[in-house]
Amino acid sequence: MLHPSHFTAVLLFALFASIVFGITQRDTPRRMVRYGLYCFVLFVGAAIVLSWLMFLIAR
Amino acid sequence: MGQSDQGFSDLFKGHGLARALPAAFPQPRAPVRYSLKGMANPQDKKAAAASGFVYLPLIAGWLVPGAGHFLLRKWGRGALLALSVLGMFSIGIAMQGKLYAGAHDILEMLGLAGDLGNGLLYVVSRAAGWGADQITVTTGDYGTRFLVVAGLLNVIAAVDAHNLRTGRKT
Repeated sequence: MLHPSHFTAVLLFALFASIVFGITQRDTPRRMVRYGLYCFVLFVGAAIVLSWLMFLIAR
Repeated sequence: MGQSDQGFSDLFKGHGLARALPAAFPQPRAPVRYSLKGMANPQDKKAAAASGFVYLPLIAGWLVPGAGHFLLRKWGRGALLALSVLGMFSIGIAMQGKLYAGAHDILEMLGLAGDLGNGLLYVVSRAAGWGADQITVTTGDYGTRFLVVAGLLNVIAAVDAHNLRTGRKT
């Protein structure tokens, strides 16, 4: 049984989703890699920003 | 000098450049001819791609992650897609995620629709009794989302294989 932390779960989710988005939404390998990285950064960045927002709201 | 060259020189009559032009800009001796015979063009490629059973990559890609791209000999893309969907599904199962079985309310119905996107993975997992019936641990909730999203990503990948087959995407 696997018990990853919240952040590890976010990283795994972002990694797999970004790979699929990159391959399916762009035509050339170079653009696929760029878009995949862009999605990964947005996934992880959004999770971090929203986490801080919720932390500050809850205080 | 051809007729077109003569016309070109006429433009510079009276400017003293007409005699200097041929030396400064050597003209081709014979006109260049092009033939499109035997060369591929987008319309021919699209017509060839659309022939046959175009839904095979879509169905294969849905049933087995990455199979649609493998059928089209896109080995690298297929391997990465299969790795992503299988990885996400396996992690979801390992986190004791719930596989939706019934459709009692709207949320369960949506979850079932997402899970069904996994194709044969869903059938095999249900038959083997993998996953949890009820969520009992915190990570089980994440696991459930991983299973649903793996199915949705698999559907996106299968549609991409279909687009490659029809020539809509290269």
